[in-house]
Amino acid sequence: MSTKTKLLAIVAASVAASSLVAEEMTIVSWGGAYSKSQLRAYHEPYSEKSGVTIINDDSSAEAVAKLRAMNEAGNVTWDVVDVVAADAIRLCDEGLAMEIDADTQLAAAPDGTSASDDFGDLLVSDCFIPQIVYSTTFGYRTDLVGDTPPSNICDVFDLEAYPGKRSLEKRAINNMEWALLCDGVAKDDVYSVLETPEGQDQALAKLDTIKDSVVWWSAGADTPQLLADGEVIMGSTYNGRLFSVIEEQKQPVAMLWDAQVFDLDGWIIPTGLSEERKARALDYIMFATDTQRLADQAKYISYGPARKSSAPLVGKHADLGIDMAPHMPTDPENAKNTFLYNYEFWADYRDDIETKFQAWLAK
Amino acid sequence: MSDETQSGPVLAADGTPLKQSLARSLRNQKMRALALIGPLLIFVLISFVIPIGSMLFRSVENGMVEQTIPLTVEALKDWDIDSGESPNEAVYQAFVEDMIVAIEAKKHTRLGTRLNYEQTGMSSLFRKSGRKIKRLDPQADAPFKDKLIDIDKKWGDAQTWAVIKTHSVKITNGYFLNAIDMQRTPEGAQAQPEDKRILITLFKRTLFMSLVITFSCIMLAYPVAWILANLPMRTANMLMILVLLPFWTSLLVRTSAWKVMLQQQGVINEVLVWLGIVADDARLVMINNQLGTIIAMTHILLPFMILPMYSVMQTIQPTYLRAAKSMGATNWTAFWRVYFPLSVPGIGAGSILVFILSIGYYITPEIVGGTKGVFISNRIAYHISSSLNWGLAAALGTILLAVVLILYWAYDKIVGIDNVKLG
Amino acid sequence: MAALTPISRKPLSLVLPTAGAFGALLGLFVGTANGSGFTGVVIGALFVAVMGAFFILVLKNEKLAKWISILGIGALGLWFAGIPGAVIGLLAGWFYHWLIYWLYEGRYRARLLPYLTSGQVLWHYTFRVICGAIFVFLITPILVVMPLSFNAEDFFTFTPEMLRFEAEGYSLKHYRDFFSNNEWQRSFKNSLIIAPIATVISVSLGTLAAIGLSQSHVPFRRAIMAILISPMIVPLIISATGMFFFYSDIGNWLEGTLGLPKTFVGYVKVVLAHAVLGIPFVIITVTATLVGFDHSLTRAAANMGANPVTTFFKVQMPLILPGVISGGLFAFITSFDEVVVVLFVGSASQKTLPWQMFTGLREQISPTILAVATILVALSIALLTVVELLRRRSEKLRGLSPA
Repeated sequence: MSTKTKLLAIVAASVAASSLVAEEMTIVSWGGAYSKSQLRAYHEPYSEKSGVTIINDDSSAEAVAKLRAMNEAGNVTWDVVDVVAADAIRLCDEGLAMEIDADTQLAAAPDGTSASDDFGDLLVSDCFIPQIVYSTTFGYRTDLVGDTPPSNICDVFDLEAYPGKRSLEKRAINNMEWALLCDGVAKDDVYSVLETPEGQDQALAKLDTIKDSVVWWSAGADTPQLLADGEVIMGSTYNGRLFSVIEEQKQPVAMLWDAQVFDLDGWIIPTGLSEERKARALDYIMFATDTQRLADQAKYISYGPARKSSAPLVGKHADLGIDMAPHMPTDPENAKNTFLYNYEFWADYRDDIETKFQAWLAK
Repeated sequence: MSDETQSGPVLAADGTPLKQSLARSLRNQKMRALALIGPLLIFVLISFVIPIGSMLFRSVENGMVEQTIPLTVEALKDWDIDSGESPNEAVYQAFVEDMIVAIEAKKHTRLGTRLNYEQTGMSSLFRKSGRKIKRLDPQADAPFKDKLIDIDKKWGDAQTWAVIKTHSVKITNGYFLNAIDMQRTPEGAQAQPEDKRILITLFKRTLFMSLVITFSCIMLAYPVAWILANLPMRTANMLMILVLLPFWTSLLVRTSAWKVMLQQQGVINEVLVWLGIVADDARLVMINNQLGTIIAMTHILLPFMILPMYSVMQTIQPTYLRAAKSMGATNWTAFWRVYFPLSVPGIGAGSILVFILSIGYYITPEIVGGTKGVFISNRIAYHISSSLNWGLAAALGTILLAVVLILYWAYDKIVGIDNVKLG
Repeated sequence: MAALTPISRKPLSLVLPTAGAFGALLGLFVGTANGSGFTGVVIGALFVAVMGAFFILVLKNEKLAKWISILGIGALGLWFAGIPGAVIGLLAGWFYHWLIYWLYEGRYRARLLPYLTSGQVLWHYTFRVICGAIFVFLITPILVVMPLSFNAEDFFTFTPEMLRFEAEGYSLKHYRDFFSNNEWQRSFKNSLIIAPIATVISVSLGTLAAIGLSQSHVPFRRAIMAILISPMIVPLIISATGMFFFYSDIGNWLEGTLGLPKTFVGYVKVVLAHAVLGIPFVIITVTATLVGFDHSLTRAAANMGANPVTTFFKVQMPLILPGVISGGLFAFITSFDEVVVVLFVGSASQKTLPWQMFTGLREQISPTILAVATILVALSIALLTVVELLRRRSEKLRGLSPA
C-alpha cells in the first residue's frame, strides 16, 4: 500500500516538477571542488541569463563508457560533458562527440581575435573545447624531506637523498616520461625512445629502482590524503589538489613544479542530441568558454584558463583573497620546465604500453 | 480388499480413473508451482539474464571490421597472408571506396580504435589517413596503391593488412585468447610476449586470494557463530548488533576505515610503535599489498559467513553434545564427531556466499590492494570504463562466470543448494 | 545454566600471579607513555599483586576494597594523564577489584558445570577471549570512523590536537555539511526512496517464487534456481553495463510511448535494477526457511475451509516470516550500499548515498562521508535496540521466558 502511495507521490511530484521547469540541461562533470568552481563561474550566471535549469551529474570518470553505452542504446541523456583531452579524442574517434567549429560556434576574444587563434594549439581535437590547463606535478612534505627540499623531477627517483615513500599514479602515462627523463634521455627524444620496446623497457627499469617505495594512486584525492597523513614524502597529483592542500588546508606541503605535465580539460557535446538540445548545448558552450568566464573560474580553483586572452584577467581567489596568478601552472615562474601531454602518441601506444605497465606492476 | 479382484482401472472418488486423477493433480501442482515462480522468473530472465547474455556475447562478436570495410575484406580473401608482400591494387581500390563511405559515417576512427587493441599505431593511422583519403575520388584518382603509401608508409606494410585480414572474421576467438594471455595471429593462436602477460596471473591470484579470504572468514566466524548460538537469547541478540553494525555500514566507509587503520602512519602502526613493539623505522607494511586486501575483505565479508553459520548452529540441540560426553567422548571428540558435522551446511553456505562475492569484488581491492592485491575484476572494470575494450572485458567476465558456475555446480553436488541458509 | 556449582576460595598462588599479569598489561601502556615500557610492566604487576594481597590478607572487606581500588587507581590516572587518565583509572580500578575477588572467591566457576576440569575452565574463558577479540575486529573500523567524523580538518587523519583531546581538534563541521549540503540531502532522500521500494519488489516476488520452488514437483528446478541466483554471481561491473542497455530501452519506451516524465522513469530503472540484485538473497533465505516447513499445516488449513490466500497469510506467512525478514534485510542493504550499478543505470537526479560517497572519496577528501556513516550507525543502533526491546516485550506479553 505504502509503496503505491509513495510511487504515486513520486509521479505527482515529478509531473509537477517537469511542468514547472520549462528547460533543463544535464551537464556532466567531476564533482567536488571542480564542479563547485564551474557552478559558480558558469552555471549560475548562465541560468540567470537564459532561464535554463542546469542539473549537475558527477559522472565524468565513467563518461567514456557511459556515453558509448548511451549512444548504442540510442538514449543520450547528457547535454554537455566535461572530459580530459585524451578522453575527448577517444570519444571523437568513436563518433560519440560532435565536431565543433571553433570560429563559428565559439565567442571571439574581446579584442576580436578569433576563438581558434585564441585557443591556439590547445584545440587538440575537432570535438573538444578546452576550459582549463591543469598539470600533473609533485607535492612534497616540507617537514619530511630534510634541509634541501627537492627541486628537480629526478629527486623523485633519488632514494638516497630522499628516503621514504612517494605516490605515483597507477598508470603508464606521465610516469614513463619522467622515468626516461631521469634516465638521461633528452626531453625532445622522450617519445621517440618510448616508441621502441627497448625504450619502454628502459623506462620500466628506471621505475623498478623505486618500485618498492611507491604507493600507487588511482583517485585524484589520494595523494593529498597520503601527504596529509605523512604516509608519503612526495607524490604526483593535479596541481589544483595541491593548491587546496597548501592554501586551504594549510598542510606543510610545497610544490615541485619541475617537469610538470600539462593536460587539458574541457567540454564535448555528445552526438545524437535533438536539434533543440544541440542548440542549447552550443549556446551554453559559447557562453561558458568566453574570455571572461574562463578567467572567472580561476577565482575558485587554481587551474589556468585555456584562452590566451583570459590570462590577464585572472584575479584573486574568491574566498581566500590571495592572488591566483602565481598558483597557475602556466605562470612563467612555474612553467620553466614543462611537458605537454602527447595525445597523438598515447592514443596509439596506450593499449600496448598500459598492458606492459600493468604486467610490470603485478610482477 | 474386494476392489483388487475387480477388473478395470482403480477409480477415484469422482469416478475418474485414479491414475488419470493423480496425473491431473500432479499437473495442477506443477502448474501452480510454475505460476508462483513465473512472474519472478520472467522478470529475472528479461531484465537480467538476457541483457547480461548479450553483454557476454560481445566476447566473440566482431562484425565491425566487415561492416565498416566490406569490399576490402572481400578483396583481401585473394591475398596470400604468408607472401610477405603488400596486396595488389584491387585491395587498395576497395579500401579507398570503403573508407570514403566510412569517413562519411565517421566510422573509420572507430575501426582504428578496434584494431589498435591488436596492433599499436592503427588508431592514428586510420585517423590521420582518414583526413586525406576523404579528398580522394574513387574513380578519378585511381590507382591508389602508391597514393596510400605516400599518405602513410604503413599502408605498404604487409603486417598492417595481415592484422586487418586476421581480425575480419565475424565471430572471433581473439578476445578469449587475449583473456588468457594469448593472441590471434595469422599463424593461429600464440602466446603474448612475456612482458604483456598479466591476466592468467590475475586469475590465479583472484582464486587464491578468494580462497584465503573464505578460509579466514571460516576461522573467524565459527567461534563467533558458536558463541552466539550457545549464549542466552538476550545476550546473543545484543552481540548480534556488533555483527550487524559493520554489515550496515557502507562498504566505502569500512574500506576507508581500514586504510586509516593499516597504513604506515595508521592507527595500528602508531600504537605498535608507541608501545615499542615495532621500531619507528620498521613500521609494518599492511596495506597496498595482498595482506591489506585480505584483512579488509575478510572484515567486509565476515557477516556473510557468520549469519548462515549462526542460523544452522541454532538448530543443533546442545543435548547432542551432552549425550556424546555422557557416553565417554572427550570434549574434542564430541565436538569433532558430533557438533562439527552438523554445522557443515552452515560452513558450506557461508563459504559459497563469501567466495562468490569476493571473486567479483573490485572497489575494496582497488583502494587497499596496491599493485599485488588487485583482482581480475579490477581489470574488467578498467577495460569497461577506461580502455573501452568491451570485448576483452566480456571475455574475462565470461571466464569468471564459468568458474563461478562450475563451483556452484560442484557445491550443489556436494552439499546441495537447498542447504544454503542465510539466517 | 544457573549458578548451581558450589564455589570455594582459591589459593593466593593462583590469584596473585593472574591478577599481576593483568596489572602488567596496564603497566605496559602507562610505562610506555612515560618513557619505559619494561619498568611499567614490572611496577604494574607488582602493584596489582600487592593490592590483591592487601585486600585479601589485611583488609578482608570487599566493599571497602572496591572503593579503595577504584578511587586509588583513578587518582593515579589523574596524576599521570589528567582527566582522560582519571577515567581510564576509575575503570581499571573497578576491573582489578572485580578480577581479584572473581578469582579469589572462585566466582568464575559459579556459572559452569560442576564437573569441568580446570583445563576445561581455562579453555572456556580463553574461548570467550578469542570471541571477544573477533568482535573487536568486527567493530574497530566503526569505532575508528566515529571520532574521525568530528575531525576539524578535512582529512582522514588523527591530528595531534585530537590525540591530546583538545577542543580545537574537534568540530561538527562535517555534520553541518551533511545537513546543509543539498547534494548530500538529495542523495540521502533518494536512497530512502529507492531502497525500500526495491526491497518490497524483491521480497514479494522472491517469496512467491520461493514458495513455488519449495513445492514437491517443480519441473527444471535446478535450472530455475540457477537463473534466479544469477544476479549474485555475475561480477557487478558486467551486470552494470549489461543492465544499462536493457534499462535504456525500457526507459525509451516508458518515456516515448507512455509519455511518463523523465525523473520518474529514472527512479523506476534504478529501483528495478536494485530489485533484481536483491532477489537471490530473498530466494536463498526463504527457500531455506521453507525446507523445514510442515506442509500438513497448509493442508489442514485447506481442510478447514480456508482459501489459498487466507492460508498463505494466516498460516504460512507467520511461520516463514523470520526468513522473509532477513531476506528483506539483505535485499535492503544490497540496494542501500550499491554503487556500481547505480553509477551506470542512474542519472544525476537518482544519485544515491553510496554514489555521493564514491564521488566524495574520489574527488575531494571530506570526512563528511564519515559523518554520514556515524549518523547511519547511530540510527541502526537505535533501530536494532527498539526491535530487541519490542521482541522482549512481546515475549513477556506472551508469557515466554527469555530462553
